[in-house]
Amino acid sequence: MNALLAGFRGFAEYFGGVLGADAYKKYLEHHQASGHDEPPMSERDFWRDHTDRQDKNPQSRCC
Amino acid sequence: MGTTPASGTKTAQPDDGITPVPGLPATAVDAAVIEEEDRKWTPAKIALWVAIALLGGVAWFMLAIVRGETVNAIWFVFAAVCTYLIGYRFYSKVIERYITKPNDRRATPAEYKADGKDYVRTDRNVLFGHHFAAIAGAGPLVGPVIAAQMGYLPGTIWIIIGVVLAGAVQDYLVLFFSMRRGGRSLGQMAREELGVIGGTAALIATLLIMVIIVAILALVVVNALGDSPWGVFSVGMTIPIALFMGVYLRYLRPGKVMEVSIIGFVLLMAAIIGGGAVASTDWGAAFFHLDKVTIAWGLIVYGFIAAILPVWLLLAPRDYLSTFMKIGVIVMLALAIIVVRPEITVPAFSEFASRDNGPVFSGAIFPFLFVTIACGALSGFHALISSGTTPKLIEKERQVRFIGYGGMLMESFVAIMALVAAISIDRGIYFVMNAPLALTGGTVESAAQWVNSLGLAGVNITPGELAQTAKDVGETSIVSRSGGAPTLAVGLAHIMQQFIGGTAMMGFWYHFAIMFEALFILTAVDAGTRVARFMLQDSIGNFIPKFKNHSWRPGAWLATAVMVAAWGAVLLMGVTDPLGGINTLFPLFGIANQLLAAIALSVVLAIVAKRGSFKYLWIVALPLAFAAVVTITASFQKIFSPVPAVGYFANNAAFAKALADGKTSFGTAKTQAAMEAVVRNTMIQGWLSVIFVVLSIIVIIAALIATAKAFRNASAGIVNVEFEDPAQPSRIFAPAGLIPTAAERELGAEWKQLPADQPLEHSARH
Repeated sequence: MNALLAGFRGFAEYFGGVLGADAYKKYLEHHQASGHDEPPMSERDFWRDHTDRQDKNPQSRCC
Repeated sequence: MGTTPASGTKTAQPDDGITPVPGLPATAVDAAVIEEEDRKWTPAKIALWVAIALLGGVAWFMLAIVRGETVNAIWFVFAAVCTYLIGYRFYSKVIERYITKPNDRRATPAEYKADGKDYVRTDRNVLFGHHFAAIAGAGPLVGPVIAAQMGYLPGTIWIIIGVVLAGAVQDYLVLFFSMRRGGRSLGQMAREELGVIGGTAALIATLLIMVIIVAILALVVVNALGDSPWGVFSVGMTIPIALFMGVYLRYLRPGKVMEVSIIGFVLLMAAIIGGGAVASTDWGAAFFHLDKVTIAWGLIVYGFIAAILPVWLLLAPRDYLSTFMKIGVIVMLALAIIVVRPEITVPAFSEFASRDNGPVFSGAIFPFLFVTIACGALSGFHALISSGTTPKLIEKERQVRFIGYGGMLMESFVAIMALVAAISIDRGIYFVMNAPLALTGGTVESAAQWVNSLGLAGVNITPGELAQTAKDVGETSIVSRSGGAPTLAVGLAHIMQQFIGGTAMMGFWYHFAIMFEALFILTAVDAGTRVARFMLQDSIGNFIPKFKNHSWRPGAWLATAVMVAAWGAVLLMGVTDPLGGINTLFPLFGIANQLLAAIALSVVLAIVAKRGSFKYLWIVALPLAFAAVVTITASFQKIFSPVPAVGYFANNAAFAKALADGKTSFGTAKTQAAMEAVVRNTMIQGWLSVIFVVLSIIVIIAALIATAKAFRNASAGIVNVEFEDPAQPSRIFAPAGLIPTAAERELGAEWKQLPADQPLEHSARH
């Protein structure tokens, strides 16, 4: 049962990665690792910034 | 340390000008160890590859040589997968060894430019899925279906062989060279490598090609939704669902992407089921029953609004939904085909394979089959993705082969499955669905009579069967539903109902398929319009600087309106075309896409030449030559062919003459207004073809000149100017492929022993 749960969690994590759901987590990791002085953006601010940057820098989706 | 060779090689530093960061384990597996692992053929390894080769050989034999009554779909799967494995294991390694020469001691942009936002190191397996979701859309689902007119074999060969030698090579190389340049776009690379003229031609060609691609993708949606209340309702509902998701993510629960995607998915399923209920009511059928012209106008208005709305409101949430559906649908389709294993009755080469006047698309097998199937075999559009987000996310250089080459193999597999789904339905139904209205007459009686009169082997369909199929999938009619998407949807419904749900579920599966294709296409239309708008603004900005400011509203709106008007005009041409749009326009889509591939391969050719890999230049030259010959031949036929069904200007002349003679109906056009429309459309399409091919030839010539210059420099001992970012030492290690090798595991274990607070990122740059 535990193995099943772990497998499911692993799958969900992978799928979330493909969707880009872990972007904030990765931002925090980067922020911490690179030793910034100012505090990181809050989750809400990060996602706002995330989509607003897409507004300024659009990417194609393929056919 | 069993895999380490003689102790001397381990300490020897490769002479690549990179000084490793002190205090860290090696950032790359020793080249000699990789070499040894590659070259060491254990009996088990030999047996495995012999088995793969044999299975692939048998599968190809079953498809190409054995002429039974039927062929089982499983052979398509085996032929494809075995060929991909061999191509990946052997051919892509040749490219790696002689052309790309990746160096894992060198940091990738995701490392040296890391910002936690755009440049983020991403696990290779996650990035594989991410990249695949970005390159695969409706294209590989539609092209192979349309190409099935020629029989199953030509399409199958082109999809499988084409991807190994052309499509995956292009994706791999563009991704690699863009990564070496900090994630620069194809346009920027073209300018650097080919100079101002070549670069400008590439930019204009890219812009025009995007317009055509967006227009024809939109045409596929319009054709799928025309006169289909169920389809219009469920696809229409994706807009409020996406808006809701957008608000949810922005204000209610920011960052809960997985959660909102699942909610969106459930709502989507409800919209499909609800669509069936709504379409079966009188008011629903009346209200959502729209003709194609109305839907086309709706799509144009939608396209404009969607492209000026902020990303968070519509595009981002629908992107999540689209990715979610993409992975799910493709896994489901693969499972269903493997479980159901339908028998295919379509001949290897159909009666139309030797003719140029097929009802689905016009033109002979060469070159038109090779442009009809673009995505899945060779797709130039991928060069825009491979020089976009993906290169900024790669962790290690040696992973590019897995992500670039492997990702494209995956898309090719999707194309094969779409082909199998489309040819698993009755041939009579296939031709009735994909022929223009002018041929089928629109009713089940006239359509059955027309298709039976073609004299196709095994085709003998009754009006009752056509009516029953339409009823099964919950539509009023399936006659002349061209564009590929409805045929794939019928095929998918046909396979899936044997897997889950039976005939009662066919309506659901049909509209499920229409829904996801529309979802992919709408996302591509919206994103394509935005990208095109930025390109246009930057171009105008060279003359009127104010346009370069992307947040200047009037400029943004004007540029968006221009781009939407451009693709909208082509879309309306297709919708009102008496020949049925797809028949005349789909080849233009493929030509445009493959001309873009020729441009991308030209840029790559110049880069490879500058790197001095002349002996292996043929690896790039081969797909470039093929794409150039196919697209230039196809363009020339579209421009100069005297056959009206093939040549735009021949068609134009025929209709102009009929008008001059005072005729009130000619060929497929029943009114004078329709005839005038044909004259107008063919003129525009003809000139578009001329512009495309001229621009592409300029780019190819510029690339050949750059290549020759690189060769001259090399023989004269002059160092060629490289535009790569300077090499910086890497501070991380990660395996290259799906499964880590023994040496990679060993090195990975060394890295695991590092203290957790070891700073692996470069220090902040701000």
